[in-house]
Amino acid sequence: MSIYVNEHTRVVVQGITGGAGSYHARQMVAYGTKVVAGVTPGKGGTKVDEIPVFDSVRQAVKETGADASCIFVPAPYCKDAILEAVDAGVKLVVCITEGVPVLDMLAVKPLVDRAGVRLIGPNCPGLISPAGRCKIGILPASIHQPGHIGVVSRSGTLTYEAVAQLTELGLGQSTAVGIGGDPIAGTGFIEVLQAFQDDPDTEAVVLIGEIGGSAEEKAAAFVKSHMTKPVIAFIAGRTAPPGRRMGHAGAIISGGEGTAESKIRVLKDCGIEVADTPADIGATLAGRIGWKR
Amino acid sequence: MKIHEYQAKAVLASFGVAVPRGTLATTPEEARVAAQGLGGSVWVVKAQVHAGGRGKGGGIKVAKSLDEVRDKAAAVIGMTLVTPQTGPEGRLVRKVYIEEGLAIARELYIAMVMDRETRTIVLMASTEGGMEIEEVAAHTPERIHKEFIDFQVGIQPFHVRNTCTALGLTGVAAKRAATFLPALYKAFVDKDASLAEINPMVVTADGDLLALDAKVNFDDNALFRHPDIAALRDTDEEDPLEVRATAHDLNYIKLSGDIGNLVNGAGLAMATMDTIQHFGGSPANFLDVGGSADRARVKAAFEIILSDNPKAILVNIFGGIMKCDVIAEGVVAAARDVGLTVPLVVRLQGTNRDAGREILAKSGLRITPVESMREAAEAVVRASRGE
Repeated sequence: MSIYVNEHTRVVVQGITGGAGSYHARQMVAYGTKVVAGVTPGKGGTKVDEIPVFDSVRQAVKETGADASCIFVPAPYCKDAILEAVDAGVKLVVCITEGVPVLDMLAVKPLVDRAGVRLIGPNCPGLISPAGRCKIGILPASIHQPGHIGVVSRSGTLTYEAVAQLTELGLGQSTAVGIGGDPIAGTGFIEVLQAFQDDPDTEAVVLIGEIGGSAEEKAAAFVKSHMTKPVIAFIAGRTAPPGRRMGHAGAIISGGEGTAESKIRVLKDCGIEVADTPADIGATLAGRIGWKR
Repeated sequence: MKIHEYQAKAVLASFGVAVPRGTLATTPEEARVAAQGLGGSVWVVKAQVHAGGRGKGGGIKVAKSLDEVRDKAAAVIGMTLVTPQTGPEGRLVRKVYIEEGLAIARELYIAMVMDRETRTIVLMASTEGGMEIEEVAAHTPERIHKEFIDFQVGIQPFHVRNTCTALGLTGVAAKRAATFLPALYKAFVDKDASLAEINPMVVTADGDLLALDAKVNFDDNALFRHPDIAALRDTDEEDPLEVRATAHDLNYIKLSGDIGNLVNGAGLAMATMDTIQHFGGSPANFLDVGGSADRARVKAAFEIILSDNPKAILVNIFGGIMKCDVIAEGVVAAARDVGLTVPLVVRLQGTNRDAGREILAKSGLRITPVESMREAAEAVVRASRGE
């Protein structure tokens, strides 16, 4: 079992004829993901390997029964691409692209919510369910293995770091979800935590946050009041200077809020163990659940 | 992206936000001519740098004659202005904005910012104009009035009425606010601002409402659709290394320590800095080389890191999209090209890790290869101490 995706998920890749789109569509197929269609306006009727390309998401859904979309189109076109996927009736949209304007997301988010669509990202690595052999996004498949740990993270490569440590310890993953580092994310920590809590195959959760905003604080309160499964965390950015955007649009300490210290304090107050360094993420979880290989 | 006060006022004025009349000057004589052109008997000479708190540092001066305008401009232009926001090194003042003096009755605070929790645009107002809003927020948060504006619908008259009530604006001033605030909102959304702060917004003796100061920041990700705003960038106000990094699509921020680092991914880069500090070291920079770095970009990254004169460098790559062998080739080439002499600790994980490690081993360069993040941090901290 897993959350959001499984072996039946049928994926359409928007922007499949671009460099990143075609490369990662192939990687997804190689992993086992059912990539049933691609979309590039004007390239309908062509193919990327065996994957048929359509002019619109609506056509792709009609012809192939795609129920999830993975977006690689350039940032200026993401608003359009997300709304097109929603309009076509896709239930899960994963937007990998980074650099989407904040106001575009402010415009898109209520429409996505109203349609009952699950949007992950933008500016995220996507998600992977090792047991279902389903990967939507750009996560390196080789470090994952099937298991019972849920991973949710605002960062890309730091997710890989955590997953690799878990796998090294023999702790496989039920699903790993990168929710992205933007100020307005389609899906937040709390929704993913709720899904992990409800997923019978997830036994414990690793939460990886970073400076900026108060999503981690709210997630901590949620864990305390709504979760029975063990959760451990890591927060990146203890040494980040205030007022500077640390790569991610959302990773900025402003007005003294959103510091790593305050987040770590709140997490600990809510009974969540926090790894001191990223090198300790795997060991912290293993310790928390009493795992010995 | 940040812009200067004079630029912000021009942008806001084009949307109908009332601002005092002013002229930019780069020499004392230009300043005097500017004041003459504005007319009146009182002028304000304002240093134009990308930092707040200019008044405290002596960057804003009142002049009561044209000669005084010239003399005060002469004092400000070329000065190194130190304010709470510039850091101790200060900022060189290259230009001044000459503005008409106003008869000020009240100083108020107005700002707009995107609120990620409520996913609205927040209109903040306070009677504590001229103060630093962070201090007001810390000590008297009840004095900050907030209106949450739904982006789908936009600013409504009730938002303006509520704000006027909170600020005690009545009569002519309230009428002016009904133009001022919607114009500010329109400028914010039309130009993809991330912050628009008017501190202070002044009420004049006549009841007029004007933006006496203006700070507007823009969403970098939206600059593609605002070439007019992008053209306002002043690279004189940015760290030269950061300007160079941006030209190479590198995410680089200069810090004060002595251990350079090159990492892929912003989260991992922050975490790497944290780990270095955890083991007693001090990072010299944040550098996210991005997801698709090639040899040229890795080389540029090395050159930028070396400009900080670090005592040791840590390369920490978790190959996903990025392949470790490609990075390894880039590291070796860059180390040779720049004649690297400082100790280099390299950690490669993920895609094509073994191929990457082999390239490093065969390079003949003095590279300390490490497996884990802990080892990486410990090794680079030791190296930075000459151990």
